[in-house]
Amino acid sequence: MKTHVIVFPGSNCDRDVAVAIQNIIGSSPEMVWHKDSTINQSDLIVVPGGFSYGDYLRCGAMASTSPIMKSVIENANKGVPVMGICNGFQILIESGLLQGALMRNSSLSFICRDIIIKPTNTKTIFTNKSTISKMPIAHNEGNYFANSNQIKEIEDNDQIAFQYCDENGDINAHSNPNGSINNIAGVFNKSKNVLGMMPHPERAAESIHGCDDGRNIFESLLS
Amino acid sequence: MTSSNWHFDTEKSLVESHGLKLDEFEKIVEGLGREPNLTELGIFSAMWNEHCSYKSSKYWLKKLPTSGERVIQGPGENAGVIDIDDGDVAVFKMESHNHPSFLEPYQGAATGVGGILRDVFTMGARPVANMNALRFGDPNHPKTKHLVSGVVGGIGGYGNCIGIPTVGGEVNFHPSYNGNILVNAMTVGIAKKDKIFYSAAAGIGNPVVYVGSKTGRDGIHGATMASAEFDDDSEEKKPTVQVGDPFTEKLLLEACLELMKEDAIIAIQDMGAAGLTSSSIEMASKGNVGIDINLSKVPMRAANMTAYELMLSESQERMLMVIQPKKEELARSIFKKWDLEFEVIGEVTDTKKLILHMDGEEQASIPINILVEDAPEYQRDYIVNDPSPLISFESKDFEDKEILSDLLKMISHPNLCSRKWIWEQYDHMVMADTVVRPGSDAAVVRVHGTNKGIAISTDCSPTYCRHNSYEGGKHAVVENWRNIVASGAEPIAITDCMNFGNPEKPEIMGQFVECIRGMGDACSKLNYPVISGNVSLYNETNGEGIYPTPAIGGVGLIRDLSNTMTIDLKNEGNVLYLIGESNNHLGNSHYLSIIQSREDGGTPSINLDDELKNGKFILDCIAKKLLKSVHDVGEGGVLVAIAEMCISGKQGIKIDITKDFLHGFFFGEDQARYLVEVSQNKLEQLEVDASKSAVKIERIGEIGGTSISINSIGEVELSSLIDHHTKWFNEF
Repeated sequence: MKTHVIVFPGSNCDRDVAVAIQNIIGSSPEMVWHKDSTINQSDLIVVPGGFSYGDYLRCGAMASTSPIMKSVIENANKGVPVMGICNGFQILIESGLLQGALMRNSSLSFICRDIIIKPTNTKTIFTNKSTISKMPIAHNEGNYFANSNQIKEIEDNDQIAFQYCDENGDINAHSNPNGSINNIAGVFNKSKNVLGMMPHPERAAESIHGCDDGRNIFESLLS
Repeated sequence: MTSSNWHFDTEKSLVESHGLKLDEFEKIVEGLGREPNLTELGIFSAMWNEHCSYKSSKYWLKKLPTSGERVIQGPGENAGVIDIDDGDVAVFKMESHNHPSFLEPYQGAATGVGGILRDVFTMGARPVANMNALRFGDPNHPKTKHLVSGVVGGIGGYGNCIGIPTVGGEVNFHPSYNGNILVNAMTVGIAKKDKIFYSAAAGIGNPVVYVGSKTGRDGIHGATMASAEFDDDSEEKKPTVQVGDPFTEKLLLEACLELMKEDAIIAIQDMGAAGLTSSSIEMASKGNVGIDINLSKVPMRAANMTAYELMLSESQERMLMVIQPKKEELARSIFKKWDLEFEVIGEVTDTKKLILHMDGEEQASIPINILVEDAPEYQRDYIVNDPSPLISFESKDFEDKEILSDLLKMISHPNLCSRKWIWEQYDHMVMADTVVRPGSDAAVVRVHGTNKGIAISTDCSPTYCRHNSYEGGKHAVVENWRNIVASGAEPIAITDCMNFGNPEKPEIMGQFVECIRGMGDACSKLNYPVISGNVSLYNETNGEGIYPTPAIGGVGLIRDLSNTMTIDLKNEGNVLYLIGESNNHLGNSHYLSIIQSREDGGTPSINLDDELKNGKFILDCIAKKLLKSVHDVGEGGVLVAIAEMCISGKQGIKIDITKDFLHGFFFGEDQARYLVEVSQNKLEQLEVDASKSAVKIERIGEIGGTSISINSIGEVELSSLIDHHTKWFNEF
């Protein structure tokens, strides 16, 4: 598998996701500097977490206009799998590849802890091996919002990827860490080849992390 | 300083406002052979203030042990360096940002983190962990909540953005910090032994390069402000606090590490306290050379900046380097890639002087040795107060049946309750190498790409130091050492942050001297040298000093991560043991302070032989895989430690012991003790080994159930313990 990880100024989970890809998918990704303009052939493009451009202006807003994003969008439109994690999710939303908005957490503070997510649609390239999984979140702006028309649309198209739930898989207010509408933790585009998610699967990818549930997302891509 | 003996052309008030004393000014005039101009006066003020010159503390700091088998670089560089095998080194230091954090908590704390990060990556290390030691005033003081929120926000805001995990720290509350909080930030980085960078300038004619952010008017005289006491008008000093930009620091970090892979940097120094002044002078002094700077070349954020302002600005995220002339274009291209300023602003000379030009005119010319070697050094008068007397408490004054309700009160108190609310605001997992998260005795971070880890802890008990500075100094070191041991690591070295009041008061200086003596004795005995550190004096407001607070940041090595220990109880049926002697020491304990609102009874004495013996025993047991969990018995005593283990592991315990003085046993704060969890099939070996090593062990009880129950006393449910433990910050 040929994989690419985009590096923006301020990306800080680029190495973490590269290590996870190397360990699970088995080949090391090409790190692509944001000022490069093209990705010719790829089987997976990851837009990693971090604080691209310091999250100044609005999270993901500046990165979404960076030269490389044209190529990411072209690849996405051709059906290449594109995955945005945390800040990467924010960037994919700002670039128009995914619907909705990510607002400040309802607690108004940064949250770093383990949460549990449930895959809503397990028939996609990213989730065919997914089950109820524990992994960390670490964000200040992960409060997903979409208006009622958009919610209806993404629900009707099975575009919800993950929802925050409790240990039993129950999706309720108690298991919602950041105020996201309908506990949404991740969404797909219409064709399900673009995934954006706030939780960090690359931080739950080996036993030393205390949990390796995040592996199933990368393993899904292999099958 | 009386006006009658003022015989200089320079205004006396100008000298005073620069924080310089008459004799210090006389020394400047004598050294220069003339009176300094304003820029030069500013430079002397910046270099000779307490914060930069260590003039009151230097004499005493030299008494601390600073060398050891694994020490590669001791105090004196940007950070200390230790050998962690396989060609890897750990680089670390802790630094205070107390005064700015009290004035402007978010930015003060954020730039504290930014500053210590730069100290570490200046040495060629990639920072891998941030820690902190925080002290706030009375929890009910009107300013406390605002300060806690701001400081926690600032530490998280900076660390999260730059992408270095904040893996732990300590937070305490005491009224002595009402007017002067402490924010001590520590960073640990990892580098290769043959790729460590130092600050000594070399090579006459080599270019001196400025990189990073532009220089603005922020933070002018920050270090001088940090060397004075506060009063009611201190709010006016807010403009001396700098503003941090973690995004730029992230770019600076990556650009510096990228350039460090090339053979281009001869010397590098971050621009921290006193900015361009201290960085250029330190580089010249360490290299025994001179430096010429053309200030017109300095990238400026504001128009019409003067030489004085440029030299004293504490704008953040800047570095000064001496580079190989042939590599100038390569270096420039790397910094350009990261959208950072890169400007050759001067050159290394053989004059041994700092010479500044601006707009073609000479602005300053000062021999380096006057600024550095001739800097004032004081052996201030000191008085050592008698330690507070020890009080021996007796069983008859306590009600056994109140033990569990006392426990609940104690673990709900701000000084003992869960810090989850704080650490969840810090990204403690970025870099994906965090092995032990906040909440155990020490945080453990894997050395990337290996199966070894480093354990890190920060500790201090100021109340102990206040009531017996010698034993308190010892305590800070041994408590830290024990936390490292309890995580399964071999303790290697420490950094210290010496936070004290006004050293011109003999009793404060006495606290400093005694704390150092205690620390030195403990470090020597435990082979736990001090490799870097920082001194913060004048922590006073309206003449009231803080409690003496020598915060210790320790680092240990875990060669095989499968030996990592945490505090959470693992399995039902296992047995909990107490290691070490218990002597019912309730003096100055958390029990007395929280339950009886008393602060007396004396500081527990530290037996360093027992510390060493018991610590080695624990490490030996861990290596033999005898233990499932380990917890140092510290603040709050045995029962608080048991409760923490139960809460973390979501396990109950049936405690079965017989004691004449239950409060003394459960809440006494005797030292050199650990709680360990052992599986049934290892009990015998543990007992045999303990007896061979002459280590006292006591069976506490069996793990299991959903409560802590104590024979003859009663029980308390785990859910109630958790509610009490998390309540205070949840309602914050």
